[in-house]
Amino acid sequence: MELAIGIILGCCALGAGIAMIAGIGPGIGEGNAVAKACEAIGRQPECKGEVTTTMLMGCAIAETTGLYALVIAILLIFVAPGRLVDILVETMEKIK
Amino acid sequence: MEKNNKRFKLLDALYISMMILPVVCGIVLKVLTTPVSEGISISGAKIFFTISLPVQDLPITESQVHSWLVMIAITGLCLFLTHGIKEKADTKRQHIAEWIVENTQKLVNGNMGEYFSGFAPFIAAILGLSAFSSLLALFGLYAPTSDVNVTAGWAILVFFLITYYKMKCGPLIYAKSFADPPLLAPLNIISEFATPLSMAFRHYGNVLSGSVISVLLAAGLQGLSAIIFGNLPGFLGEFPFMQIGIPAVLSIYFDVFSGILQAYIFAMLTMLYVAGAFPAEEFFRRRATINKSK
Repeated sequence: MELAIGIILGCCALGAGIAMIAGIGPGIGEGNAVAKACEAIGRQPECKGEVTTTMLMGCAIAETTGLYALVIAILLIFVAPGRLVDILVETMEKIK
Repeated sequence: MEKNNKRFKLLDALYISMMILPVVCGIVLKVLTTPVSEGISISGAKIFFTISLPVQDLPITESQVHSWLVMIAITGLCLFLTHGIKEKADTKRQHIAEWIVENTQKLVNGNMGEYFSGFAPFIAAILGLSAFSSLLALFGLYAPTSDVNVTAGWAILVFFLITYYKMKCGPLIYAKSFADPPLLAPLNIISEFATPLSMAFRHYGNVLSGSVISVLLAAGLQGLSAIIFGNLPGFLGEFPFMQIGIPAVLSIYFDVFSGILQAYIFAMLTMLYVAGAFPAEEFFRRRATINKSK
């Protein structure tokens, strides 16, 4: 029983860590967006305000996939272990 | 005039107390309901009490109560700013109120077009409610936007608006918009429901991640100061010196900047989605033909 609970906790933590690999994507995307925005401002300094607002907007949308991963990681850390352990305990009682 | 002046000041005091009292109420409520505990924990919104209803019980949670407090505070702010308004602006508060109204109107007209200029109060309400909800974290209270239920409520409201404006030319045009390439109809239906989902999760995830990282940093700094200053005698050894100042820097980014940016993005996406859902050409063509036939 203790072993099973240990495996559940460990795998939840591992899964949360693996889920956050998704952070790479938005990181690269936002880096590209900011680089292009810098180029645009260098070319046309008078458009600075508009470029900045559009860039922030695009960054926020690009961040969404990373946030999905974050939500899954938070669920795996704070919600999943308790529920899984409950299910395990229930099934063990049924078997007995 | 004298009597009028007194009444004016009294109302002013009432409106200012309407802005400040909700925050004080929230802090008092938090102090009264939070049990004294050692250490730092991450938890969701507390449930104050539950109303039993026939289909499903309705829990009244911290996030709901706090968003009501924010609504009262914003109402007080608006009443205060528009109190004693004149045709020609001569007070500071009227200049501020006019600045807010003009800028929202400009934002809405620029992003949605003239037809939607009536949307300005709604957009301003979303912007204000979302921004002030996130800023509530500065007082140490639970920010309503870090609860997915609150942001999902707003996102569902926006989803209804989008569907309403898609239906503006009748259900046939609405149904046709799904089968744009007929093979991709299932994907179009999924993307229809992904819109409110992504809006809700974006706002909630940003605010929640900020608060989680802040809490982790505070806990880490407590441990660090215990290691560094732990050998000092008495009170000096227990006091977490490292926690002074450093979390405030993160709070400026996560609570102030990120909260206001997310409010802006939520309002912006609302405008873009609603304006994009409206089949403008078809609508104006039909209206022109109806006007002609009259």
